[in-house]
Amino acid sequence: MSTDVKIPQQLPVTQHATPQGVKLPIYMDNHATTPMDPRVLEEMLPYFMEKFGNAASRNHSFGWAGEEGVETARERIAKLIGATTKEIIFTSGATESDNLAIKGVAEMYREKGNHIITAVTEHKAVLDTCKRLEKYGYRVTYMPVQKDGLIDLEELKRAMDDKTILVTIMAANNEIGVVQPIAEIGKLCHERGIIFHTDATQAIGKIPIDVNKQNIDLMSISAHKMYGPKGVGALYVRRKNPRVQISAIIDGGGHERGMRSGTLNVAGIVGLGKACAIASEEMSREAVELASLRDRLRDRIMNRLDETYINGSMEHRLPGNLNISFAYVEGESLLMGINDIAVSSGSACTSATLEPSYVLKALGTGDDLAHSSIRFGIGRFNTAAEVDYVADRVIETVERLRELSPLYEMAKEGINLADVKWAGEAH
Amino acid sequence: MSYSDKVIDHYNNPRNVGSMDKSSADVGTGLVGAPECGDVMKLQIKVNRETNVIEEAKFKTFGCGSAIASSSLATEWVKGKTVDEALAIKNMDIVKELSLPPVKIHCSVLAEDAIRAAISDWKKKQESTQPVATAVAQ
Repeated sequence: MSTDVKIPQQLPVTQHATPQGVKLPIYMDNHATTPMDPRVLEEMLPYFMEKFGNAASRNHSFGWAGEEGVETARERIAKLIGATTKEIIFTSGATESDNLAIKGVAEMYREKGNHIITAVTEHKAVLDTCKRLEKYGYRVTYMPVQKDGLIDLEELKRAMDDKTILVTIMAANNEIGVVQPIAEIGKLCHERGIIFHTDATQAIGKIPIDVNKQNIDLMSISAHKMYGPKGVGALYVRRKNPRVQISAIIDGGGHERGMRSGTLNVAGIVGLGKACAIASEEMSREAVELASLRDRLRDRIMNRLDETYINGSMEHRLPGNLNISFAYVEGESLLMGINDIAVSSGSACTSATLEPSYVLKALGTGDDLAHSSIRFGIGRFNTAAEVDYVADRVIETVERLRELSPLYEMAKEGINLADVKWAGEAH
Repeated sequence: MSYSDKVIDHYNNPRNVGSMDKSSADVGTGLVGAPECGDVMKLQIKVNRETNVIEEAKFKTFGCGSAIASSSLATEWVKGKTVDEALAIKNMDIVKELSLPPVKIHCSVLAEDAIRAAISDWKKKQESTQPVATAVAQ
């Protein structure tokens, strides 16, 4: 059997070129997902047809070929994060990893305590898992964050008590890209015998992560945020200093040391491994390039438009992330104006609740500015020409919408919008 | 989500954007919504005192594409109508015309509110100017 599949070298979306040579639409939403790196796909392809074996088949070469792919991937992931291969458990993605880590610790250490600490800016995969545990009698502290998005370590210390079994704080935020002081948090946990889990979905492959240097006990990893395939991820589970144990939430054939049953997604795992191998090689160079593109985007926009505000710390931030609020302009209408560019907005105008981003609200950003926010996620395949195009389109659209905005007009007339009695405030 | 062609058209070519002198006795101004809710509409009408016909309408809107389209359409519809005819415009007429999905119905409600608010502002002005005029005549 041979695989005679052509690897597509460009995006499958129909694109057209601008006079500047930029292909539209531009994808700049790399926190939602990333396109696959062609090198990842190439590595995966044999595992769909030729090497289709079940990695758990121990007694024939088909199984061995699958197992070899899986074990190579395990080594590559372990190398990227400074772990050992036995500490890597494959899952379907970071949401499952978060569930497994939090529920797994909660059940395993129930006799030791019932208190869990997390932060209000966590991903829903963590927050909703914690909320479910509250129904089962666990006590959860949802830590606030400071104005820059970082948690206060003193406050974290105060939240810890003798019943605390787990602290779960993300490495980098999916909306504002803010990077938490993971090593310090881990140290505080270890001093008190508390297990530390971090959702590193956005951080892995973007910034250096070392589970030993950063005192991490459990860590969620996703492939599709780092140029790998969707539907596959991993959970790092520390084996010594201290040895961490978790209860399984999926029972079955006892795969992955009994922590996660289910036939392994071999091709996906191979893809995750390759994505990690590429990151190990290229991350330090790529981070510099992404930060430079990000700063270029920020400067071009902010030099031209007044009353634009960056959400979250600029210092402790993922290199490819920019989250800006454009005062007096509603985010969804801005997205509509730049519809040849894929980015996200903190305005949840489409949701029934009309609630803007809870992450931005947690920073103390007013609801009006939260509605006005755009998240740019610059990734491996973005270019300087694309950044310039995006900046110019944003500037042009914000200027147009401000001319249309009664708030902008009122502000220009010198009216303080905070003093206005709004008719719709009861909403 | 995808927008209807009519919403896109109003968003790209909004009708009657602008402002009129809100202190003018013939101009009624409606300002509805709140920035925290993500929608603020300002709709203004200029009414002929003799005929009660809305001769001019202007709007400015902070809000999503559907909110912009709803208010743009509202200005088109009220123009040329008498005040009473304009009051008969219902939000569901806007929903139908723009094919707004259920999550965007509040945009049409806001547009109806804006029409009503502008008319009530204008009416208030007529009540308060009338006695003054009478007083002068006496």
